[in-house]
Amino acid sequence: MDFGPFFLLAAMEGAVGAAVLAVTALGLSLVFGVMRVVNVAHGEFYMLGAVIAWWVTSLLGVHPALGFLAALIVSPLIVGAIAGAAERLVLTRIHYDPEATIVATIGMLYIIQQAVLMTYGPDARPVQPPFDFRIQLPWFGYSGYKLFVILAAALLMLAVWWGLTRTRVGLMMRATQFDRETARAFAIPVDTVYGGVFAVGAMLAALGAVLVTPIQQAHYLMGHDPLLLSFIVVIIGGLGSLRGTVLAAVIIGMSDGIISVFFSPTLAKIIATLAVAFVLVWRPQGLFGERPA
Amino acid sequence: MAETRDRRDKRTAAAGTPRGKKPAKTGGAGGLSRRGVLAGLGGAAALTAAPGFVRYSQAQSSAPIKIGFQVHRTGIGAAYGRWYDRTTQAAVKLINEAGGINGRPVEIVAEDDGTDPKRGSEVVEKFATQHGCDIAFGTLFSHVVIGSAPRAGELKIPYFVVSEGHHVASGMLNRYTLQPGITDVKSQVIAMAPWISQNLGKKVTMIFPDFAFGHNHRDFFTEAIAAQGGEVIERIAIPPTESNFFKYFPRIPRETEVLYHVMVGPGVLTFVKEMGEFYGSNRPEIFGFIDSLEAVAIDNPGLEFLDGTYFWEGMPRHAQADQTAYDKFYREAVGVNARGASVDDPKDISTYAHMFGCWETLYIVKKGMEACDYKGPESRAALIEAVEAMSDMPAGMAHPQGAKLFNGKTHQVFGHQHISAVRGSDLVTVHTTSIEDGLYPDEVDYTTQSL
Repeated sequence: MDFGPFFLLAAMEGAVGAAVLAVTALGLSLVFGVMRVVNVAHGEFYMLGAVIAWWVTSLLGVHPALGFLAALIVSPLIVGAIAGAAERLVLTRIHYDPEATIVATIGMLYIIQQAVLMTYGPDARPVQPPFDFRIQLPWFGYSGYKLFVILAAALLMLAVWWGLTRTRVGLMMRATQFDRETARAFAIPVDTVYGGVFAVGAMLAALGAVLVTPIQQAHYLMGHDPLLLSFIVVIIGGLGSLRGTVLAAVIIGMSDGIISVFFSPTLAKIIATLAVAFVLVWRPQGLFGERPA
Repeated sequence: MAETRDRRDKRTAAAGTPRGKKPAKTGGAGGLSRRGVLAGLGGAAALTAAPGFVRYSQAQSSAPIKIGFQVHRTGIGAAYGRWYDRTTQAAVKLINEAGGINGRPVEIVAEDDGTDPKRGSEVVEKFATQHGCDIAFGTLFSHVVIGSAPRAGELKIPYFVVSEGHHVASGMLNRYTLQPGITDVKSQVIAMAPWISQNLGKKVTMIFPDFAFGHNHRDFFTEAIAAQGGEVIERIAIPPTESNFFKYFPRIPRETEVLYHVMVGPGVLTFVKEMGEFYGSNRPEIFGFIDSLEAVAIDNPGLEFLDGTYFWEGMPRHAQADQTAYDKFYREAVGVNARGASVDDPKDISTYAHMFGCWETLYIVKKGMEACDYKGPESRAALIEAVEAMSDMPAGMAHPQGAKLFNGKTHQVFGHQHISAVRGSDLVTVHTTSIEDGLYPDEVDYTTQSL
């Protein structure tokens, strides 16, 4: 294949990866930014989102588009409810102690993964894309659904941005993130905000997963890669910075796509991890993070 | 025999005594606390129930023959594991109904290896030392076989693999590892290369999983097609855990005449679907190993482009017009319908091209144990020699896939291969190779190694 179309394909693949990654990493970044909780179980909420998407679509047995739409609504709600319950039952009891939350979320990771293995089983199962549309370019064909993923992810991020900056709930979240004690003094229900943020973070992961299941398949081990990449993105972008997260997701997603196509996926992962090391050495707060006071 | 049984009975009785006294003790005044009694009770029960505690080292004539079944219940080989398990259970049921082996029933001790080589060697060790199994059996994924076989050799427990990898016949493993139930990749590709070069084309691009099994394909098909005057113009290795394949397809050169694909792992359906998205109707000839679609229905949406492509099948998934009586019998015994799906759930597609290997291997174990009058672990060496002495294996109930020829020196079996064309949503066998097509010179003589 000539360089031009080859590069086009690489860029399209990179953009799809970046879109899903941005949504997923945004959830992780939000949880860390507001709650200062490193959520190691984030990848499993992603996986849970995909598995529930399969469950919803196969249970309904309606037209793929309707099933997908139902999954897009039901799956994040269930995952959000589970995450909210986990937050109430576990994280509040350990008072969000940084070390303890890491251990606790590792525990959640295994509980969710094994519970899915025991119920859903070890197989990968496909979800039908909502529409069957293939774009035939002169050099290669491309799935129309993948382009839809980019669009949907961009809309989702706009919605999150609007929610955070233009709504009262967003204001409460930002106030809690800025200064928890002062926020409490101004009668902001910090505990409720925490519970909500943890649930929303997991819901974003689930949304990313619902978007991705028609491209990949739902599988109980699928949470590993998104977790790793989300951490890479969040560290490079600056923990807690939404702008940084989105920018880093685009950089990492695009470079991952392009390097994977031209060279090898392993090299792409090596370079991304190396980038994290350099960021930690020279700019520990990340591209847009604030220096710790 | 009677003695060991007695010992066991006494121990059970001993464990049973406190149970009888328990109500009195919990009644209050006694020196024993309720918790203490329960702990003691539990301990005694655990002791008697501990696997391998009661040893049948004297080879009781009625004690079961224990076959350690290393099964991929979880991990990337799970779909194969599920069907290897069903095939194994079906074969064991038949063997037991027909009187077992040497009059002893066969018992399957299954352990999940997570399709992980490290866990695999631990499982083999558990079979030998903890469960007191007579043999270990049933592994498919080549990295697990390569990880487990050295431990089997050290523990001197016969290890019957059903893997297709060339590692047995290459001499890489040891005298305790045998593959008598399924042919290896080298033999498969040598047998089929002439058909591919004559019917599909000579310029081949290969896509294969990046581990031992895929490397077998890469190395031996490259040699085999070169011998036919063909050439492999590009080799694309994909990690078996990959979930997104589209990015690999642009590396397929445009002058490719035949695309040769073989893929494993949970993402296989995505792999083939994305291949269809990439090519549409404008595709080269495609020759795949059914591994790329094992446990996946051929009429899945998105796979329509496969019409007119070809697959290797170890055993045809769809019942053919000239179906043998053995195939029919075997299908019924395992619970597979004419489309290769479970009779209970038509959506649950089998790994039909591979799983016959478990069935045939178990019948070979039976034949070997009967030939050497197998008594117990002390007869393990004799069992190896008995299997090494086998050669012709005629088609039949014990060999439903077809006749085979076993090479005792290389511990590898040779058999027929099938090439099936996709016609609509059917797999129709268009060519069957002869056993001779797949023969190659010996690379090892395991019989010279000590037992």
